[in-house]
Amino acid sequence: MKRRTVLKLLSSSAALGFAGVWPLSSRAQTRGTVVVIGGGFGGATAARYLRLIDPSIRVTLIEPARQYITCPMSNDYIAGEREFESLVRSYAPLRAQNINVVHDTVTRIDPRARRVFLRGGNPLPYDRLIVSPGIDFQWGAIAGYDEAASLRVPHAWKAGDQSRLLHDQLQAMPDAGTVLISVPAAPYRCPPGPYERVSLIAHYLLTYKRRAKILVLDAKNAFIKQALFQEGWAELYPRGMIEWVPLDKGGCVTAVDPQAMTVTSDGGVHRGDVINVIAPHRAGALAHASGLADSTGWCPVNPRTFESTLHPNIHVIGDACIAGAMPKSGVSANTQAKVAAQAIVDLLNGRAPQPPSLLNACFSLVGPSWGISVAAVYEVGKDNTIVAVKDAGGVSPLKAGLRHRRLEAIFWNSWYENIIADSFG
Amino acid sequence: MRVGLLATGLVCFAAALPQGAAAADPRATIEARTCNSCHGPDGYSPGAIPSIRGMPRQSFINAMQDFRSGRRTGTIMGRLAKAYSDADIRAMAEYFSRLK
Repeated sequence: MKRRTVLKLLSSSAALGFAGVWPLSSRAQTRGTVVVIGGGFGGATAARYLRLIDPSIRVTLIEPARQYITCPMSNDYIAGEREFESLVRSYAPLRAQNINVVHDTVTRIDPRARRVFLRGGNPLPYDRLIVSPGIDFQWGAIAGYDEAASLRVPHAWKAGDQSRLLHDQLQAMPDAGTVLISVPAAPYRCPPGPYERVSLIAHYLLTYKRRAKILVLDAKNAFIKQALFQEGWAELYPRGMIEWVPLDKGGCVTAVDPQAMTVTSDGGVHRGDVINVIAPHRAGALAHASGLADSTGWCPVNPRTFESTLHPNIHVIGDACIAGAMPKSGVSANTQAKVAAQAIVDLLNGRAPQPPSLLNACFSLVGPSWGISVAAVYEVGKDNTIVAVKDAGGVSPLKAGLRHRRLEAIFWNSWYENIIADSFG
Repeated sequence: MRVGLLATGLVCFAAALPQGAAAADPRATIEARTCNSCHGPDGYSPGAIPSIRGMPRQSFINAMQDFRSGRRTGTIMGRLAKAYSDADIRAMAEYFSRLK
């Protein structure tokens, strides 16, 4: 009897309260269940913004790891500029926002029955599903490079134990050692990331191992912000410390021997004291197991809603999706998540999805006080793919001076704090 | 007693919701979300990137127009501002000025 009264009062005050604040036309109350798979920048942002846009939707986030370790800033850690602990994020703020965070592994998605099956818990039904599985590696695409080999020759392209391994190997390397870094062809996660890593490792070597060098074997002939990176390298590091070998000069790595600590490229066999192989990528394993990826290895989506073109009611965001001109980055995933969240609220309410607003902004460090950036705003083009808005965006200017470079390094730190707050709460 | 507490809780929750958001132009709300990626949730940035939450409408418009024309030299903002129309800028200015 007492409980009944409570419920009655609760429902009447809830109705009054909500109606008083939100006109139903602009913020309808949706009865719906959304499951989000993957607790990285994409998945966390999607869960958070679903909650912010329409608090009546039930949101469950499934992520096996208890904590998230960010790829942004992991190069700083690898090069000894930051503590590992500073990369670690908790899911507690998402829980505090009434998001049901479940630490479990998805074993299967049934798109017809709209159910997600878990290793540990009961199957979860959904009205709409968001899949943000990130990347996996094409093990074996480089002969001899598989998951076991990565325990000796790290990729360090998913932050965590792999970052620690590369960090520790650099610390233990002999003074006149060679660091060998293999960079894949596009598309891959964080296009300027490998060159930021080269830069910050060069900074570490310049400070602690002054006779060491870095050999970069690249499977392409040009890279993003190339002139800016090379300008910074010439300014900050001794001539010859960084040697970049493009595809046409024999940069494409075809085999790795973790025991001999050698890699084979078109240009011959190279020995490294520390070897970092950023292996070619594909969409995260779950995307493949669930039939969400096509023959490219990535997931085709409707650019207005990020709904899969292969399975209805499932939206794929972040590094795993094919997003036209957008790079695979944390900011891309963050803005795609917001578009998917808004589209889901619209679709659950029977409304046509609104045009998307998409953006990317990436800072890279060439040295600890030397930042450069690339940015763009995106729209859906005539051929129904995502294109950059013309005559906008682009990279930092060349010869901009120390003040400008320092300012972008300072903004990089502020950006990191802000995108964490916007994505993880 | 218990009933009273629960009811009060709900009223407080409702009162704490951003008042401006309800009346804002839906397009501005959607575009403003992309600002949050760098400027922080609701445009609040505690660090070096300027906070835009609660920024006076005209200051926002001036800043964006000056970034767009190159009159104000910034870093990344000048390049991004060129993607937005006067109407976009006015709508986002309205949106952020209402957030307190």
